[in-house]
Amino acid sequence: MEVLKVDNLKKRYITKTVIDDLNFSLDEGKIYGLLGPNGSGKTTLIKLIAGVTQPSAGNILVAERKIGPATKQLVSYLPTINHLPKWMTVDKCLQLYKNFYQDFDAQLAEERVDMVGLKGNQKITSLSTGMLGRLKIVLAMSRKAKLYLLDEPFNGLDPNSREKVLKMILESIREDCTILISTHIIHEVESILDEVLFLNNGQIALKGNVDDLRFQKKMSIEEIYKEVYENV
Amino acid sequence: MEFDNSRPIYLQIVEKIKKDIISGKLERGDKMPSVRVMASELKVNVNTVQRVYQQLEQEEVIFTQRGIGSFVTRDEQVVKRIKQEMSYELLENFVQGMKELGFDSSQILKLLTKYMEGEPGGSIKGR
Repeated sequence: MEVLKVDNLKKRYITKTVIDDLNFSLDEGKIYGLLGPNGSGKTTLIKLIAGVTQPSAGNILVAERKIGPATKQLVSYLPTINHLPKWMTVDKCLQLYKNFYQDFDAQLAEERVDMVGLKGNQKITSLSTGMLGRLKIVLAMSRKAKLYLLDEPFNGLDPNSREKVLKMILESIREDCTILISTHIIHEVESILDEVLFLNNGQIALKGNVDDLRFQKKMSIEEIYKEVYENV
Repeated sequence: MEFDNSRPIYLQIVEKIKKDIISGKLERGDKMPSVRVMASELKVNVNTVQRVYQQLEQEEVIFTQRGIGSFVTRDEQVVKRIKQEMSYELLENFVQGMKELGFDSSQILKLLTKYMEGEPGGSIKGR
């Protein structure tokens, strides 16, 4: 089944077209990498699917529903910015998610908070970039969502934290859900991906199964990335 | 397990399992770990391991009993066959590499014999 379907999607910001007539769909049970250089439209695309910004034209369906309150219950979105109130403690954030989302597994989240080396009584203001990054991913991945949208989940994380985050993502993939990860850190994610979407100027430059692409091109995804964007 | 990202990861896992069978680390008739367990051990995607198992099943290296799990083949002939296939592949790479260096068949044979007898390969430095 298609978890996500994007039809003729367009997004313009006054004079600049960021998403330009985009068509694609994502299947259940797979991990997708959304790759592309700065300004290629990754974050805008993710925001459109998350429903936090409106398209200029076109359609997005999540599990055959139009974007709205119903799809927000199905979509777990990890934004690049800090979306957590600064005065809250880690425990409070967990409580907030629990109240907000029916599919939030508070017990699992508590275990994971522990696993990534955070404490419940720490305040958001006191967290470093890396610690905040770890908390955000714990919150996003502890929901039992249909679609996970992870925008740059590895930003500001040290290598050990990245490994923990990767493990958490791998543990969370179920047959009935889909994970879309946008990132620049290709080297570390490429072993966990099923498929990649290369975005360029708001259009898809290349899409395919990672192992098939490696087989065809005899290159790593990182090398293919360099090839795709060489002339850009 | 470290992967070479320029080659399909599922094929690298297929090769690893075949090697384990040939070396006896995995014995004939052994039960294979579940797809999920292997995926988390190797830190790869479940679908990648699924593809590994499909490939191994197609080559009759493993077989699946519905509801019970996957097992290493009991057929000795299959183990012999994969051993032969893998050794042939190694030879092919070796010979191709040597030919790229400009050696012809008889030179390769001579060097190989010398090497196997433990003699340093004459003009080949660093050996």
